[in-house]
Parts: sequence; C-alpha cells; structure tokens
Amino acid sequence: MKEKCAIEVHNLTITYGGAPVLWDVDFELPAGQIIGVIGPNGSGKTTLLKTIMGLLEPSSGYVKIFNQDLSKMRERIAYVPQRESVDWDFPASVFDVVMMGRYRKNNLFKRTNKIDVEIVEECIEKVGLTEFRDRQIAQLSGGQQQRVFIARALAQKAEIYLMDEPFVGVDAATENSILNLLEEMRNTGKTVLIIHHDLQTVSDYFDYLVLLNTRLIAKGTPQDVLTKENLTNAYGGQLTLLAKVANLIKENQFPIREKDVDL
Amino acid sequence: MICINSSSALIGSFAYLRKRSLIGDAVAHSLLPGICLGFIMAGEKNMIYLFFGAFFTGWLSTYLVDYIVNRSKIKQDAAIGIVLSSFFALGIVLLTFIQNGVYTDQGGLNHFLFGQVAAINKDELLLFAVVLAVIVLSIIVFYRSFIIVSFNSDYAKSIGLPVRSIEFLMTSLTVLAIAAGIQALGVVLISALIVTPAAAARFWTHSLGRMLVIAVVFSVFSGLVGAYISYANSQTPTGPWVVMILSTITLISFIGSTKRGILARYLKARNNKSKILLENILKAIYHYHERQDRQKELNLSLAPAEILKVRRFDTADLRHGLNQLIRRGFIGYRGNNYYLTEEGMTESKRIVRLHRLWEQYLLKRTSIDAFHVHSGAEAIEHILSPEIEKELEKELGISGIPTEDF
Amino acid sequence: MSDFWIILTASIVAINAGLLGCFLLLRKMAMVGDAISHAVLPGIVIAYYFSGDKTSGLLLLGATLTGVLASFIIDFLSRKAKIQGDASIGITYTLLFALGMIMISTWMQGNVDIDMECVLYGDIALIHMDKIIVDGNLYLGPRAFFVEIIAFAIIGFSLLFGFKGFKLLAFNIDYARSLGINTGKWHYALMTLVSLTTVVAFEVVGAVLVVGFLIIPPATAQLVSTKLKVMLLLTCIFGISAVILGYYLAIWWNVSITGAMVMVSGIIFFGVLIGQRILKSNKQNVEFAEGQF
Repeated sequence: MKEKCAIEVHNLTITYGGAPVLWDVDFELPAGQIIGVIGPNGSGKTTLLKTIMGLLEPSSGYVKIFNQDLSKMRERIAYVPQRESVDWDFPASVFDVVMMGRYRKNNLFKRTNKIDVEIVEECIEKVGLTEFRDRQIAQLSGGQQQRVFIARALAQKAEIYLMDEPFVGVDAATENSILNLLEEMRNTGKTVLIIHHDLQTVSDYFDYLVLLNTRLIAKGTPQDVLTKENLTNAYGGQLTLLAKVANLIKENQFPIREKDVDL
Repeated sequence: MICINSSSALIGSFAYLRKRSLIGDAVAHSLLPGICLGFIMAGEKNMIYLFFGAFFTGWLSTYLVDYIVNRSKIKQDAAIGIVLSSFFALGIVLLTFIQNGVYTDQGGLNHFLFGQVAAINKDELLLFAVVLAVIVLSIIVFYRSFIIVSFNSDYAKSIGLPVRSIEFLMTSLTVLAIAAGIQALGVVLISALIVTPAAAARFWTHSLGRMLVIAVVFSVFSGLVGAYISYANSQTPTGPWVVMILSTITLISFIGSTKRGILARYLKARNNKSKILLENILKAIYHYHERQDRQKELNLSLAPAEILKVRRFDTADLRHGLNQLIRRGFIGYRGNNYYLTEEGMTESKRIVRLHRLWEQYLLKRTSIDAFHVHSGAEAIEHILSPEIEKELEKELGISGIPTEDF
Repeated sequence: MSDFWIILTASIVAINAGLLGCFLLLRKMAMVGDAISHAVLPGIVIAYYFSGDKTSGLLLLGATLTGVLASFIIDFLSRKAKIQGDASIGITYTLLFALGMIMISTWMQGNVDIDMECVLYGDIALIHMDKIIVDGNLYLGPRAFFVEIIAFAIIGFSLLFGFKGFKLLAFNIDYARSLGINTGKWHYALMTLVSLTTVVAFEVVGAVLVVGFLIIPPATAQLVSTKLKVMLLLTCIFGISAVILGYYLAIWWNVSITGAMVMVSGIIFFGVLIGQRILKSNKQNVEFAEGQF
C-alpha cells in the first residue's frame, strides 16, 4: 500500500524558556512532493524541523512519520542541518563527511564495508563533487559545502528529507543544480521538506507550502497559500497580539495548555 | 580583603556580561611568570617589581588569546587553555629556577600559588586600596561606555565610541584586580572571585547598577567569613574557604532568588494553578446557566454536582476552589447550593468573553479549524491582560460576549 | 635509567591526554577539560585518605567519577540555572578545587605523598621511587608507568572502537541525534575518559599542568592537519617532542620537569602558528606578485 501522508504533525506546541515558539501547529504533509516551509525570521521553522527529527521535546502534541513513531522510522528520514550549524574547520574531507550518512546507531562499532563506500561515491557524484572528494571541507565554497551536506543526507538512502535553508549562501548555478536534484528525488517518490526564505521563488520551487508564524498561518498548494491575506497575516506584523500573549506566558511561567475537560 | 573582593566583583560583573568569564582564569595563571620575572629582576621580594611583572604578563596573556583567536582556526576556549597552561608552566619553571638558585630571600613566593591572607603586609594593603580606588573611579567615569561596550560592541562602534580603547581599559582593570587579589587567593582560585559573585548577583536583579552592588556585597561577605574560618582553624588557607562560601551563596541564590530562583518559580506555578482553578469554576458556572438559556440570571444558585455536569473537576479541588471564591466575595451560598455574587457575575463574564475573543482571533488570523479552536484557546483566557483585551476588541470589532462557542 | 622511565611515562601521559584532547578541542570543550582536571582533586584526596595508598584501583575509579560529576554540574548550571556556559565552568572547578584544598589542609598535614606542590606540577622526578619489582630483584619499571599503560589501553581501545561515534559527535551533534544515536551516552563516555586521564596523570604531572598536555598538542596539530587521523598522529608527535625536549631543558636548567615540558609544548604551538602565518603571507605575496604580471 502506498502511504499518502508522509509527516503528520498533531497539535504541536514547543516552548523555549516558557514562551511558545510553535503553538498548536497541526498539519499533514503529502508524500512524494517538494514541500516548502516559509515564514518570517524567528517564526519557528527550524524548531519545527528539529522537532520532527526528534531533536527537541514538544511541550504537547506529537509527530508521526508514515503513521508511526519516529523511533521506528529513523532509517527512512534524513536531516540536512543549517550550514552554519557546524564548524567547517573540522579536519575531515568531503568523503569523510558524506560517509557519516552511512553511520547508524547499530553500526558505529563496525568497520565501513564496500557497499557503504560505493553508496558514498555515488552520492558525491550525484551532487557533482567527485573531483573534490579528498579536499578538506574548509577549502570548499559555501555552495559546495551545502552540496556536501545534501550528499550526506542522500547517503542515508531515506524516503523523507528535511533540509534547513539549503539555498542560503549558494550561487545561482548551484541553486539550479540542487533544484534539479530535488526534482529527480521527487520523481523517484521521495518527500522533501525544505525551509526557504525567498518568497520570490517559492511558487516555482514547491508543490506544497506550509506558512508559519509561531502558529500555522496556512497550508496547501502555493496558489492557496500565497494569498495577500495570508501573507499579511504572516509577514505584515498583524500578529503582534500573538507575540504579546506569548510574552505574557513567558513572564508568568504560565502553563501553555491545560487538559480540555469541558463536557 | 575587602578591597580585593570589591575590585574583582566589580570588574567580574562586566566580564560576565561580556561573556568572557574565563579570560580571568588565563590572566590569573599568567601572572605567575610575571611575578617570578619581577622577583628575578629585583633580586628580592619587592612589591612594586612583582606587581608590574604580574601586570605585564597578565596583559600579554589577554593579548595572546585574542591574537590566536583572530589569526588561526583555534577557538577562544582552546586559546585560553593554551595561553593559560603555557604561561603557568613558564611560571613553574621560573619558580623552581628561583628555588634552586642563588636567591636567599625567596620565602613567600609560594603564597602566590595558593594564597595566604596572613602574609599580606601594610604596604601591600595600601597597594590594594589604590587598585580599588582606580577601579571604582574608572567605573564611575566610564560607566556608560562600559555598559554599551559590554552589551553590544558593534553598536558602540557605530555610535563612534572608541571601543578599542575602552576594551583596553577594561582589560587593564581586569588584570589589575586579579594581580591585586592573587596573593590572597592564589592563581587557581582567583577566577572564582571574578566569576562567581557576578553569576550569583545575576539571579537577584536585571539592572546592572544593582548587580554591581550585590556582587560586591556577596564577595566581601564571603571574604570576611572565609578569612575568619581560616583564622579560626589556623592550618587551612583562606582562599578555599572564601570560594566555598561564595559557591554556597550562589546555590542559595539559585534556589531562593526572587527573580529567577527555583523556589520563586515553584510558587508562581502554584499561584497560576490556583488562579486557573478559580477562573475555570466561574467559567463553568456561566456555561451552566448559558446552557439553560439564563445568561440574564447568573445569580441563580446551583449545586456542585451541576457544575460537574459542565466541566470535570477533581472534587477536592472543586470544594477548595469554591471556598476560596467565597472568601474573595465572588460566590455566596445558601445551604448546599452556590450562587454568583455581583462581582462573581462580572468576573465570570469577563473570563468567558476573553476565551471567545481569543477563539475568534485565532480563527481570523491562523489556519486553525473550528474543531481545534476551543482547545487551542483553552488556558489562554487566564492570562490575557486588560490591555490585550482592548486590542482584541479593536481588531475584531466585537463588543460584549461572542455567542459562538466552540 | 630513571631518565628513560621518566620520558617514557611522560610520553604516554602526553599521548593519552593528547588523543582525548583532540576530541575535546573539536567539540569546543577545551575548558571543560581544564575544569575536569581541577575538579578531580577532591576525589583523589578522598581516595588517598581512605585507602592510604595510591594503588587502589577502585578508589581511582571513585576519583574518576568526581570528574564526570563536575561535567554534570557544569551542564546543570548552564541548562537549569541559566548561567552562561563559561561562567558555569569557572564556578564548578573553583568550588571543587577549593574543596580539595580544604581536605588536603585538614586531613593531609605532613603527608608526604600528597601536598599542594604536587597538585600543581606533580613529581615526575620521583616516579622511580615507587617501582614494581618481581622476584625480589627483577626491576620492571616504575608503577606510574604501568598505570599509564593500562589507561592507554583503555583509551586506545575506546577511541579505536568508538572512533566513528566520537567523530560524529564532535562534528555535528544534532545530526548524530537525528540518526537516532544517544549522544548523551557518548558525551559522558568522553567525559569519563578525560576524567580517567587526569586522575592517572595526577601524580605524574599534577592537576593543573595536565591541561597543557590535553590542549596544546592537539591545538598545534589542528593548525596543520586536514584529516582527523593525521591530527591524532601529529598530536602524539608534538606531545612526545615536547616531553623529550622539555625533560633535557629541565635537567640543563635544574627546574621543574613537568613545567618545562608544557612550556616547550607552548613554544612549539606559537612556533607553528607564527611559521604558518609567515608561509601564508609569503605565498600571498607570491600570488600577488604573479597577479601583477
């Protein structure tokens, strides 16, 4: 049976230091599409990705991957963190980093085998970095570093890929080649969830959109989401009240949810 | 002791705010070679030579840390570690050189390693007083620039402050404070005087001025108590006791502070819980009457069992909550039945209204559906302030209680 | 003969500390290493106090746990009490070090095995006093050497088998967690190893100078290496060179051996740093000159 819903986020609330960063976010994402997550700075996009990946504990709500708990689905989901999140001075080559995509909880103590090496070589080739295979990662350009990260995720051979701002600090040519790669991935049935900030290109790049500003503002096809009303709601400073309430909650250490017991 | 502790607490507060607490550690360890160099040059334990030797290497160490961070891929904490251990090793080498050498009057250099307050003499006391005076004066004169540079040095640069000179001054003061304190606490523990008072004071206030005062008070207090304990058990050195007292104060601050302590947080959580309970009871009473279509007759009395029909409460909580509400004058009772008083009616209306205003707001502004909106708004009505209520009213154009209930 | 043993023992200390130091450095936790090395002091004092001798393995284990406890307190202070990271480090290690000093001054009066000078820079010159002799006359070497060898076996084994895990953790901890790896376990495994190193190195090089062995050789290696394995190898080479040069320098000048070793290590670091910069600026000048024609 083909699974239609790749990621289900149910009534998710995440707080940071008492203030809600994501608040009652609830959606289901279709499988086999390129999905964009957009919203202004500080609207909780990265938090959403990290929560889906199980890196942050939700205050309430849950996430399901293909209708299962994340712990059972680790093998089928890959994560591409923000490029700035690591120290590129780390003494490792392109090959070393992409090989990390073959690491698993249960093979950390084993030696790398031939199949792993083949997969890694193939993924490096896919992102067009074969000639840089042995170069230290600090000596790559921003776009090349981004492609190393994507290759590492590809090496995981997952079905869902979560990418945090893969187009930041990338030149136009690289952006195009990444885009081609994404389309190729979609055509083989993969689901890709991408945090993006450039509204100009949103409707060209994505099949489905999630618009966030702490709360879920809109979701659906680009046509449905990119309406003037939705965009002013998300970007136009219309949600100042929401921010004020969030602040009050933080100041008073207020519990953000209580059990709904009305009959 | 008072002078030393005040100096280091003051300067430490700025270091804390600049997130450079550990630089003090590097400086402290780096003073040792300076002291030894001063000794070798003077040929005896001359306070002025030692002090300037210490000042020089201490200053050099902060410069080297910055140099390493700016000129290589080594990060700051590693740079601190490198400078700290290299200089300290150099100090040890020089110290053993002196001990095995021809110098006769080398007694007391060891005190710089672990600190010995009793070894301080009158001249040195004068020196500490001067150091304190210099630090206090500089802080008074440059208070504003120190704040801006500590808070945001890019901004300080943009408004044309001479950031480099101010940072230079702050660094020099740090070295000065540490150089003065090293004889009392020793190279390892002196960084506690820089870091700990500031961290403890931070629990009690958000204002820098008050933070400085509190840090000084904590530090001086621990200094005095520590010195007394060490005096009473004459075999123990002073430094460790001062640090123990300081750390205890920090722990107490963490638990009991009024602003950020865990006790305060716990009390607040309890308060919130009780507020939520009381308001939920009032809300439930309103809902009960509304379901009977008696919004105008909110003062009719009802039994607790009827409240439980509208909303689930723990019975003990409900009883406790009702008593509380009676004490506050929101509820009156006849026999076993309860009714809303005039104030109670206004209050219950306010709460229901807030809940529904928030539901309307969520519906309008976000993609929440009618099915989820009630639970999304639950709990929020307890926190909305009158000011936010007015803004909600304005934005939604609703007055009175929205009749739609989800 | 004692020359040989001192250099050998100190070299193994340098290798142990340097290998772990590489991972600390790459995880931006160099100062946590510093804190742990100070913080094991009370654990060591308690171990000596109750056992009366330094050989009790069980009590050394207890001292190791003190170091792990310190890293736990640092985490707690910065996460739960919201104290800045480096301030938490400063508070933790000064507190534990002070505690150790008080213990020494009240319990250890007149004890020759452990005094405050030894805390600072160890007594490597005296390691041959405590030797292992089999059959009454077969001299196997100083005891400290064997303790270090055992520690080396443990550390080498852990790093060999856990290489992938430690590498992943150092490079990108969030990514490691996204693979479902329990990063907490790996973190505390590393902290335990660091703590163990500082405990066994304590009597050889002291609690303060071990930091020099932990941080300086790896930092020097990091300046010039582009692969992790090369960095580990270079760390050992830099560490051992510092040990040998430092030893003969100390003999020549009649000064503290450990102090001289760490000092030489520091000099090597600054030498490499400056040498690298000169090379780089020459290269740039050449390129600039070539660009002009």
